Amino acid sequence: MSAESARRSRKPGKTRATAEFFDLRLYIAGQTARSVAALANLKRICDEHLEGRYRIEVIDLVERPQLARGDQILALPTLVRKLPPPIRKLVGDLSDTERVLVGLDLRPRPADKS
Amino acid sequence: MSPRKAARPALVRPVPKAPTGIQGLDEITGGGLPRGRPTLICGGAGCGKTILSMEFLKNGAREFDEPGVFLSFEETVEDLTLNFASLGFDPRPLSARKKLLLDHVRVEPNEIQETGAYDLDGLFIRLAHAIDSIGAKRVVLDTIEALFSGFSQTRLLRAELRRLFNWLRTKGVTAIVTGERGEGRMTRHGLEEYITDCVIMLDHRVVEQNATRRLRVVKYRGSTHGANESPFFIDESGISVLPIASLGLQHRVSARRISSGVPDLDDMLGRKGYFRGSSILVSGPAGTGKTSLAGYFAEAAGRRGESALYFAFEESAAQIVRNLRSIGLDLNPWLSKGLLQVHAARPTTSGLEGHLSAMRRLIEEKRPRAVVVDPISNLISVGTSVEVKAMLARLIDFMKLRQTTALFTSLTTGDGHPEVTDVGLSSFMDTWLVLQNSEMNGERIRALNVVKSRGMPHSNQTREFVLTSHGLKLLDVVRHQGRVLVGSEREAYVGDGAVATRRAGKRAPRR
Repeated sequence: MSAESARRSRKPGKTRATAEFFDLRLYIAGQTARSVAALANLKRICDEHLEGRYRIEVIDLVERPQLARGDQILALPTLVRKLPPPIRKLVGDLSDTERVLVGLDLRPRPADKS
Repeated sequence: MSPRKAARPALVRPVPKAPTGIQGLDEITGGGLPRGRPTLICGGAGCGKTILSMEFLKNGAREFDEPGVFLSFEETVEDLTLNFASLGFDPRPLSARKKLLLDHVRVEPNEIQETGAYDLDGLFIRLAHAIDSIGAKRVVLDTIEALFSGFSQTRLLRAELRRLFNWLRTKGVTAIVTGERGEGRMTRHGLEEYITDCVIMLDHRVVEQNATRRLRVVKYRGSTHGANESPFFIDESGISVLPIASLGLQHRVSARRISSGVPDLDDMLGRKGYFRGSSILVSGPAGTGKTSLAGYFAEAAGRRGESALYFAFEESAAQIVRNLRSIGLDLNPWLSKGLLQVHAARPTTSGLEGHLSAMRRLIEEKRPRAVVVDPISNLISVGTSVEVKAMLARLIDFMKLRQTTALFTSLTTGDGHPEVTDVGLSSFMDTWLVLQNSEMNGERIRALNVVKSRGMPHSNQTREFVLTSHGLKLLDVVRHQGRVLVGSEREAYVGDGAVATRRAGKRAPRR
């Protein structure tokens, strides 16, 4: 897998190389306020940090419940970073921008992970 | 109490129950787990939570037409399948027929970044989808506390779990939720606060090198239940729980009598012998003839054309047969006809629960009319007295329900009072024969006493008996000058012709 090599190549304190493409999948359950907020937050962050190199697929589990199994979805909303590897999972409405950026490896992780 | 309150009609309705199909557990719970409600099963690692849960689903799918969903938070579907296969149950055919759905919910602590408000709707949706896809009536969540390792917001998690259990209730599924035992509480994260309908605790401990498993119903809202710890046992045919005391003594009683195999002894027992379906204890020190009386009992069953099971914990089958032949008792005809079966085992070969379970299974399978356990005192080496007592009470109840007459021998130590049995068994017994071996005037005298025999007039005499090559003979009481003569004193007296006793002439030399 390239996951390992990607992790190794990353230098501490540095963010991910700017050329990588981000394939993102957002799991929601119906058009709730939280779902709407999560999608809006995600779009805003992507436009700011990943302009032109991201794709968002929204999966509504109310309509397609069978898909919860594949990505092991428990909490909603959940954002799954399918690409670049490794797979990352972010739960919540993505309102904490700092944490989203860290979770997507767009910011270095704090030394002590809380 | 106010009169208004007293006049209010009773609203108490029996809680509907979903049978587990697990031997013994349905007895303790009075019919099973609360239907349509979650039950918490807690205990330490390796105590049998997962296996019990799976049995619940297996039996539901097979026997009660209630499909089940098993959501594991710890093991993959492959691992689960392998584990169950090792217990003689392959879940795949049931899965293929949509009677069972195994699913693995993976919670990886390091993978999840929390970025704002969330709930566990994903889990709800997934579970709902699983339930609806097979029309499940039963659900197992094993072990849902794993969620606490994946998410850091415990307050949110607790609220979500509360919501989940309420949701399960509205779904109307009978659920088992498992939890690991925590420090000073039943589960690590206090699930017992949310699941209050029924809580069952499992325990696996080692007592004197023998591993024993215990089950206890801690609470059961709206239902009576046995509150004792009950041993349970896991083997290739699943789980059996052995309730220590039945909730009621409901067995039928028989007025029919069967011979002890020794006509003289029958005479002592109101002239007719034992009651059918009763339990008989023969206790005494080593070499007093306990196995001989057991042999007569088994032989008499054969003569009546009835099947008998002989559980031997001291001697092999061949040895018992050989030794009994030396007193003129031949068990071979009944053995070869298949009426009599001897099961010999060392008490230490399996745990106490193992023995009881195996005996119970054999009795269920062979349906004998008579059972011998020789000696029951040997089982003490695999358990404490309390356990032996409980086990025996259980076995006796079980046999009485089947109208099986059972004879137990018990070895007493020579120094104590002969009527003190090590395990205090006598209260479970309907008839108690005590054999003695006393030394008088340089010889050993064997004597037999009927200490009690419920529901019949019985002899209160201490009777001398001899084991001869023609069998066990009770000797008539011979009195001379106000005392009972025994041993060679009596021989001499009878031999002189001073007293003509009925069988005096036939007596063979004492062994």
